[in-house]
Amino acid sequence: MLTLVLPKLVSFEGSGGRAVRVTERNVNALKSAYWVVMAGGLLEPVLYLFSIGVGVGALIGDIGLPGGRTVSYTEFVAPAMLAASAMSGALAETTFNFFGKMKFMRLYDGMLATPIRPFEIAVGELIWAMVRGSLYSIAFLAIMVVMDLTTPLRALAAFPAAVLVGFAFGALGMTVATLIRSWQDFDLIGAGQFALFLFSGTFVPAEAYPAVLRWLVELSPLYRSVDLIRGISLGTAGWAQVVDVVYLLVLLAVGLTVAGTRMGKLLCK
Amino acid sequence: MTALIHARGLIKRFGDFTAVDGIDVDVQAGEAFGFLGPNGAGKSSTMRMIGCVSPPTDGVLRILGMDPLRDGPAIRARLGVCPQLDNLDVELTVRENLTTYARFFGISRATARRRADELLEFVQLTERAGSKVEPLSGGMKRRLTIARALVNEPDLVLLDEPTTGLDPQARHLVWERLFRLKQQGVTLVLTTHYMDEAEQLCDRLVVMDGGRIVAEGSPRSLIEQHSTREVVELRFATEDQGAYAEKLAGVAERVEVLPDRVLLYVADGDDALAQVQRRSLSPASALVRRAGLEDVFLHLTGRTLVD
Repeated sequence: MLTLVLPKLVSFEGSGGRAVRVTERNVNALKSAYWVVMAGGLLEPVLYLFSIGVGVGALIGDIGLPGGRTVSYTEFVAPAMLAASAMSGALAETTFNFFGKMKFMRLYDGMLATPIRPFEIAVGELIWAMVRGSLYSIAFLAIMVVMDLTTPLRALAAFPAAVLVGFAFGALGMTVATLIRSWQDFDLIGAGQFALFLFSGTFVPAEAYPAVLRWLVELSPLYRSVDLIRGISLGTAGWAQVVDVVYLLVLLAVGLTVAGTRMGKLLCK
Repeated sequence: MTALIHARGLIKRFGDFTAVDGIDVDVQAGEAFGFLGPNGAGKSSTMRMIGCVSPPTDGVLRILGMDPLRDGPAIRARLGVCPQLDNLDVELTVRENLTTYARFFGISRATARRRADELLEFVQLTERAGSKVEPLSGGMKRRLTIARALVNEPDLVLLDEPTTGLDPQARHLVWERLFRLKQQGVTLVLTTHYMDEAEQLCDRLVVMDGGRIVAEGSPRSLIEQHSTREVVELRFATEDQGAYAEKLAGVAERVEVLPDRVLLYVADGDDALAQVQRRSLSPASALVRRAGLEDVFLHLTGRTLVD
């Protein structure tokens, strides 16, 4: 008798609980492939850090920050790699995987026959993308501390910032995924992502660009992310970083709302 | 007592196309109710509206006494849905498909595990519990999808073409399981274009065509209303079966000429056959059979192929 009553009572639990069930499904699906996922996501930023940060950095030497301070090029590049890896980790999960689950596995059609709503699926998938992304961020921050590119305390402060970056890009990626028509469109996403990666104050300070381009660069979401994490990691954080946080929170809120609404339109025809 | 499903003037449009064109339906608790119709009749669109994943364009729809637009999650918590195309989770095992799905309903892990084992037993998949979904046969996948639809002990189970594409053995196993559910008092609503399925499982059904309901009743009453008791199938050794239509006039209530045979709709098949022989028309083969839902269906929805 209890089993007859139980599901009917607990199914009225909150929206947050239902979103977490979606996340739980992904944990179950992952199985023993943890280390592959870990290694895969970490490899790229670490390779960039060593090849460009350390390698090219040896040729460049120190660079001057706008505030007048001088830091080594590796110190300058490392926080940008962290921001970029938070971005690409979030985008990989929320564009490619999300699209596959929605269109080809028809996973969400099954979920929507339960009390779960489209917006809750979006939140659940985003939480999952963040769990993955956070593991990369922790590992990368540990490398930065070991290499003396930042202090342990600043690394601790940079972690929530990296999570916020991931959340914002995850929401953006999910919105993009609901607009994708076919696998070919992923080439466009890849190109856009690479352009962001190169021109968001990652390898060169934004001040190095002519005024018009500089404005454009400073508007890019990855620039705001790099600026936030670099400010924390180098200990130069100020009002600019508050702007970064607000920018990323707005991106998160808008992205999630648009993604949830578009999913509802696509799946609940 | 209120109906589990109550629809009045229910309409679903996709752009200019009207999939469901103003239907009235009531399904009571404990009934096995069928939507019968050719492809494109509007059966699946109706099922999706009942399943609260497709908002009606117009009309009244109440499921379990609630409004699908407002109370979607609360209604879906008490529904079991077996969609036309299996959408099982290919990244999970057979058993995990059930336990994970149970979690979507907010069911505790312990209860989910117990329910999963019971249901695997019920659909005879216990031996495949640890297998991935991909290598399962079509019949096994279908049974798993049905099991998944039962994981929340639903008040109302929606089955969209539950046996389409299955071999005869698998179909009979699915029917047998659905029949057991019916005996347990579970309300079943299914769509099908298999007449034998409708006759086997449905207490009451509606025939849909072009988004409208063209007939309604029990399988037996539909046959009585829209067909004769028996059908005589005659094959003549000629290219033109139509040439015989005239010569057969008066033998049957209705004569239908098909490219390969002539059908006589009659009350008494043997008597009609005797008359045919008295007119010294000698068909190459003759078959007397009872009229079935298929005759009703084809009479009501026509023989033209719809895609």
